[in-house]
Amino acid sequence: MKADGIGARVTRKEDHRFLTGNGQYTDDIILPRQTYAVFVRSPHAHATINNVNATAALAMPGVIAVFSGKDIEESKIGGLPCGWGITSKDGTPAIEPPHPILCIGKARYVGDHVAVVIAETIEQARKGAEAVEVDFGILPAVVATGTAAASKTAVHEQAPNNVCYTWGHGDEAGVKAAFANAHHISELSLTNQRLAPNAMEPRAANAAYDRSSESYTLYVSNQNPHVERLLMCAFVLGIPEHKMRVVAPDVGGGFGSKIFVYAEETVLVWASKRVGRPIKWTADRTEAFLSDAHGRDHVTKAQLAMDKDGKFLAFRVDTTAAMGAYLSTFSTAVPTILYGTLLAGQYTTPSIYVEVTAVFTNTSPVDAYRGAGRPEATYVVERMVETAARDMKMDPAEIRRRNFIRTFPYATPVGLTYDVGDYDATLDGAIKMADVAGFAARKAASEARGMKRGIGYSSYIEACGLAPSNVAGALGARAGLFESGEVRVHPTGKVEVFTGSHSHGQGHETTFAQVVADKLGIPIDDVSISHGDTGKVLFGMGTYGSRSLAVGGSAIVKAVDKVIAKGKKIAAHLLEASDTDIEFVNGEFRVKGTDKKVPFATVSLTAYVPHNYPLDKLEPGLNENAFYDPTNFTYPAGCHICEVEVDPQTGKVEVCAFTAMDDFGNIINPMIVEGQVHGGVAQGLGQAMLEDCIYDPESGQLLTATYMDYAMPRADDFPNFKVGTHVTACTHNPLGVKGCGEAGAIGSPPAFINAVTDAIGVKHIDMPATPERVWRAMQAA
Amino acid sequence: MSVNIQMMVNGAKVAATIDPSMTLVEFIREHLRLTGTHVGCNTSQCGACTVHVNGRAVKSCSLLVAQAQGAEIVTIEGLAAANGDMHPMQAAFKEHHGLQCGFCTPGMVMSACELKSKLSNPTDEQIRANLDGNICRCTGYQNIVSSVKAGLAAMQ
Repeated sequence: MKADGIGARVTRKEDHRFLTGNGQYTDDIILPRQTYAVFVRSPHAHATINNVNATAALAMPGVIAVFSGKDIEESKIGGLPCGWGITSKDGTPAIEPPHPILCIGKARYVGDHVAVVIAETIEQARKGAEAVEVDFGILPAVVATGTAAASKTAVHEQAPNNVCYTWGHGDEAGVKAAFANAHHISELSLTNQRLAPNAMEPRAANAAYDRSSESYTLYVSNQNPHVERLLMCAFVLGIPEHKMRVVAPDVGGGFGSKIFVYAEETVLVWASKRVGRPIKWTADRTEAFLSDAHGRDHVTKAQLAMDKDGKFLAFRVDTTAAMGAYLSTFSTAVPTILYGTLLAGQYTTPSIYVEVTAVFTNTSPVDAYRGAGRPEATYVVERMVETAARDMKMDPAEIRRRNFIRTFPYATPVGLTYDVGDYDATLDGAIKMADVAGFAARKAASEARGMKRGIGYSSYIEACGLAPSNVAGALGARAGLFESGEVRVHPTGKVEVFTGSHSHGQGHETTFAQVVADKLGIPIDDVSISHGDTGKVLFGMGTYGSRSLAVGGSAIVKAVDKVIAKGKKIAAHLLEASDTDIEFVNGEFRVKGTDKKVPFATVSLTAYVPHNYPLDKLEPGLNENAFYDPTNFTYPAGCHICEVEVDPQTGKVEVCAFTAMDDFGNIINPMIVEGQVHGGVAQGLGQAMLEDCIYDPESGQLLTATYMDYAMPRADDFPNFKVGTHVTACTHNPLGVKGCGEAGAIGSPPAFINAVTDAIGVKHIDMPATPERVWRAMQAA
Repeated sequence: MSVNIQMMVNGAKVAATIDPSMTLVEFIREHLRLTGTHVGCNTSQCGACTVHVNGRAVKSCSLLVAQAQGAEIVTIEGLAAANGDMHPMQAAFKEHHGLQCGFCTPGMVMSACELKSKLSNPTDEQIRANLDGNICRCTGYQNIVSSVKAGLAAMQ
């Protein structure tokens, strides 16, 4: 193995700038003649906007402009688009109500954007925003997800019963027939609560219009700048793409929340031309809680039919999923395409049917959040399997083994084809690493101290690198799902790589450089990775869904292969051989079976100084692009085991041990993979133990909109996690990789709840399992 | 109304006339343009804005700049040597992969450095308990704990 190549534990190239305060995040950028924006947000969950009076605000010192929905309407600016069309089971399309960038006539959630104030300083903009007088007519609010469809109030007139769509997937009749003949049917009702993503860098944007070139530049804290540009240019503002550059510089975490096109940056781009100066906006934390797209928010009932041996026969899931007040960019796809298709889990269940009712509520929009649909599916499946094991009085590992998929490729009844996996290996590996054999003794020791101890399993699967584009298109995607890569070899053999993927913590500047250094046989310091700028990178679909290495990395490998292929032709000329006789090994082009060779840097120099060069047959230069569209999803899978101790006096749960044995396919940098797993597990345990977006059920006020009300996981909430990997290489991408970014957040919540319910002897407890909830459940048991 | 302040920031004397409502982090970021210190919540909960004031780790979003009159301030930019060589705590964070997106990192490093005066040979649990004022959303804290342990050892 090359010391800085594929598989090596290389420290990160990006770390020096982050550690020395030299990172450059959007809010760090100040442009010449900078102005500042503050949004006037609705304090009401549902209200008519009878009038917006900006007279007093405009008279305030430093205030430059105030815009509201009326200005947007007059300028004929379109609404924000939804990127995925879903068809209801009756054949009708999902209802997609208008999503204006500033409220027109009505505000539909607390935090909805009523107006924007632009001023010379941020303080003046804040004071100006306080002076904007809005005449609201308060309306009753639709708040709870489970009862939204029965509400007498409609969030949108286009959806009188608040239903966006009712999507059915799988074999309903087959499930019904299997249920009729089952030995036992286990049932479970659960809630997957709403979460706030909480990237530590709040969203920010800085938009500028340049009159001389008639073009815009937008700096924005975003995970996919080309998608941002495409949607904003083509669907909202009508700006030609070559007149807009989007830069997502250093981005302080995303977790899904920075995929979407938001109202704020769109308003800024539009207003930057109106005021003729750059405009910056940075969310404060409460604004982030109110206006970042939230995650999860499902209410679900599930039933699993089994034969007398605990073999799964059929699975039915009925889910109500909140969309919030408007359809965020990929909101419609999350509880359908990314949820229903994962309900087979790791099991051979022959018949599955899922029905999802998506509802509008007067709450913040809900969209993809770390795992996006797959954590919700895994939670249902793995809680259900645990319940089934208890109903059948079977060991939870044994019931899983009895139902594992073992032949690949395997076509599930919910539309996916798993290419490869070894679920026994990850279960067995996790059991060993977690020392399940010693659990009984540890439980006895806990009981001797008056504590209760439990253990919980989660054998999860996910689907990453959503693809191929044509299949996704047939399923309603309104975007492609490929990735681009460009490998620019400079004359001296130094290499600059441009990727459409985006790093906001994942470490692409290191892992992608390892891949290129390995393939080209050059030092990693000779490779740099550029991303996040539509002015530099050809095109890109960005980073989400653990796709970067599997899709973006594959595009880079394709481009590297083209560089090597061209290099062979140049080398053949220099070595006076046929290019079919040239091999590329360890950074050298060699004539097979001889000692004739030429180093990579000589070939690159020849490409740019083509004096001794086959100019009649070959263009000079050494710069290659590639687009890669995967032929299938990748399927990371694994087993997580959680062990908890519960204090029966207080209901407090301590995570004593957490073990993750994951199969991510081949691994480029184990250090980075472990970090991704640690972070994902912490985020999943944060959901299971601590976090909850709570709305007042009547007023629709978000009660958890600061770090004093929303419990973020902190360092002292966890023990050290035990992590390990087992490799079955992905069969359909050139690196054999699957993706590791979301697995931790997908696998851990059911493992934790399975452990807590095991410890206290109850069937179910909803997340987060706060001390109060656990204590109450113990009293009721 | 405005007030005159002066202080040492990263070893250099700075003086300014400022609005008395200005917080220390606004002064550091907007006035001095030292943007390594970050704002994650503005309510002293997340710790991204942590700097050293007279040797103590302080959340600069919750201190008025006027309160730091005459103080000795060190920000993340002041830790590394002039030639770019990192402080042992910074080096330990790199070595142990104690950061991902980098946003909480400056505050985390400043808080970690202060532990040297509080703890000797700390256990993982002690480090975790002492870092509960700094939120990280990326790392799950595990590698931060390893980094801090190594960093404190290297600072001995």
